[in-house]
Amino acid sequence: MIDLPLSIAKRVHAEGVLAFPNECCGALLGSVDAVGTQELRHVVDILALPNTREAEEQYHRFVITPEDYLRAEQFARTEGLDLVGFYHSHPNAPARPSDYDREHAWPNLSYVIVATLLRDGKAAAGDVTSWELSLDRSRFDAEEQVAL
Amino acid sequence: MATVFIPTALRAFTDRQSQVEITSDTVGEAISALAALYPDLAPHILDDEGALRGFVNVFIGQTNIRETQGLDTPVATTDEVSIVPAIAGGSDLARRV
Ligand SMILES: [Zn+2]
Repeated sequence: MIDLPLSIAKRVHAEGVLAFPNECCGALLGSVDAVGTQELRHVVDILALPNTREAEEQYHRFVITPEDYLRAEQFARTEGLDLVGFYHSHPNAPARPSDYDREHAWPNLSYVIVATLLRDGKAAAGDVTSWELSLDRSRFDAEEQVAL
Repeated sequence: MATVFIPTALRAFTDRQSQVEITSDTVGEAISALAALYPDLAPHILDDEGALRGFVNVFIGQTNIRETQGLDTPVATTDEVSIVPAIAGGSDLARRV
């Protein structure tokens, strides 16, 4: 489950629009609560990270270097937060995880996806969705959005 | 004892611990000790031959051990060892629009 406030969703929107027609990517920072057997991830901040895939592949691919991952985790720690997931955009594609997303994902994290598109000649953001990888890696489950 | 930092993605396998103190001479020994302590963690970081999985990096401080001596890299008691998962993805779009 994810608690993704509107203010954070808007920042993910903005990052997606900025990177269009390429994919943006970054870390979700926040805290984790146990709710029964499930985890509830509260997102309170994002950290935009460079998409380091080669330029001609960025329209449908992103990669975050281990160095940037470490920087994000250490930044979170200094803020008293945890790295609770990642976001990226799908330019000209639906806000649904691809098989490629699933093959590269980790469990126990939230994967937020924003669709981006051209609207009236300008880059714009569409749906924002969130997903969690099943523990056996077989599928991505849509995450329940919890409003608190 | 060196401190090993566990990424959020793998804490489900370390009783929610975000850091674990390990005594070892090398990174390889530290990872093996960690895997012995938390057997469910092992398949996520090591392959069948005990080598580091391709999707996992280990850092000492800010240095990736792939750039030093790999699992044979020495660990000092004051070192911070971080397990870092590789992060990538993308859409199904087959060609640029
Ligand atoms: Zn994707």
